[in-house]
Amino acid sequence: MAEAPKIVDRRSDVASIGKSVVIKGELSGSEDLYLDGEVEGSIVLNGNSLTVGPNGRVRAHIKAREVIVHGKVDGNILGAGRVELRKSAAVLGDISSQRIMIEDGAYVKGSIDVQRDAKPAAPQATAPQAADVTK
Amino acid sequence: MLKWLRGGSGQAAAEGGREAPPRSKRHSSALKELNRNLAREENISILDLGATSAANISLFTSKGMKVCTEDLIVASTDPELQIKDFDGNPTYDVDRFLKDNLAFEMRSFDAVLFWDIADYLPEPLVKPVIERICSLMKPGAQLLAFFHTKDAGPDSPYSRYHIAGEDALDVQPIARKGSGGYYKLLRVFNNRHIENLFRDFASLKFFLARDNMREVLIVR
Repeated sequence: MAEAPKIVDRRSDVASIGKSVVIKGELSGSEDLYLDGEVEGSIVLNGNSLTVGPNGRVRAHIKAREVIVHGKVDGNILGAGRVELRKSAAVLGDISSQRIMIEDGAYVKGSIDVQRDAKPAAPQATAPQAADVTK
Repeated sequence: MLKWLRGGSGQAAAEGGREAPPRSKRHSSALKELNRNLAREENISILDLGATSAANISLFTSKGMKVCTEDLIVASTDPELQIKDFDGNPTYDVDRFLKDNLAFEMRSFDAVLFWDIADYLPEPLVKPVIERICSLMKPGAQLLAFFHTKDAGPDSPYSRYHIAGEDALDVQPIARKGSGGYYKLLRVFNNRHIENLFRDFASLKFFLARDNMREVLIVR
């Protein structure tokens, strides 16, 4: 229950899909998303973050900059920057990211692959918001 | 699988509602030897079949190892695996279990953390699971297994093993979700049983422990 206020705080700043919503197909966008409903298909949020709420049920591969899971995910998670599995999370699938944080109590069935930080292409290049290991 | 998504925990009722046993530390000579052997190798991939441990995942990934995790005990308690045979007698759907679990096609592992899972697995699963694990291991790969001795009581809880050092484990008894009860120790293997169970492997090395556990490091 301790993390519940954090979730509520995030919801005011991001697009939100409520727990009664069911989506089948490809979900993509260019803004952060809080998902507490059910999605079957694929989720692509390049450069943005996805939070799967405690009621969230995802049956899809996920690709995003940052992925935080409180609910259930059946599919692979590719997080360019960071993946966090909170204690109520259950993930059936492979996880790949530069940083992975898993709380005790989270359930994972699959492989966990921590990517090494990508090095900048050139010293004078504009610093990217987050290294994209998917490219 | 859909049932899982709908919120089914796939776990049976608890064995009593006792208070949580405390976490404890234990020394592990087998873990020490496993760590020493793995230190000589590169590009290691590890299969952890115990309860998901964030500490273990963090430790392995920080060393550049690839990790696969799968909680076999939770998977084995899916009530849908309890079926009836043609005569109406209760039996276990081993084929379905092996279809849904330990399905790592095209992958093989340098080390398997089997912990004390064999003591808690339903009987029909024990041998098929060992055979499947053998097929997932590279030649020369190692398997770390613990077995309770006959001095361990039936209430010895299934535990999450956090690696806390080269030869140290933090043992955390874990409850069944939503019940408050604990998994029950289903059997105790003696040395002969263990040797038979792993007879397809190249070698077994037993380690005596001070508590009611027998540690075995098994090489494929």
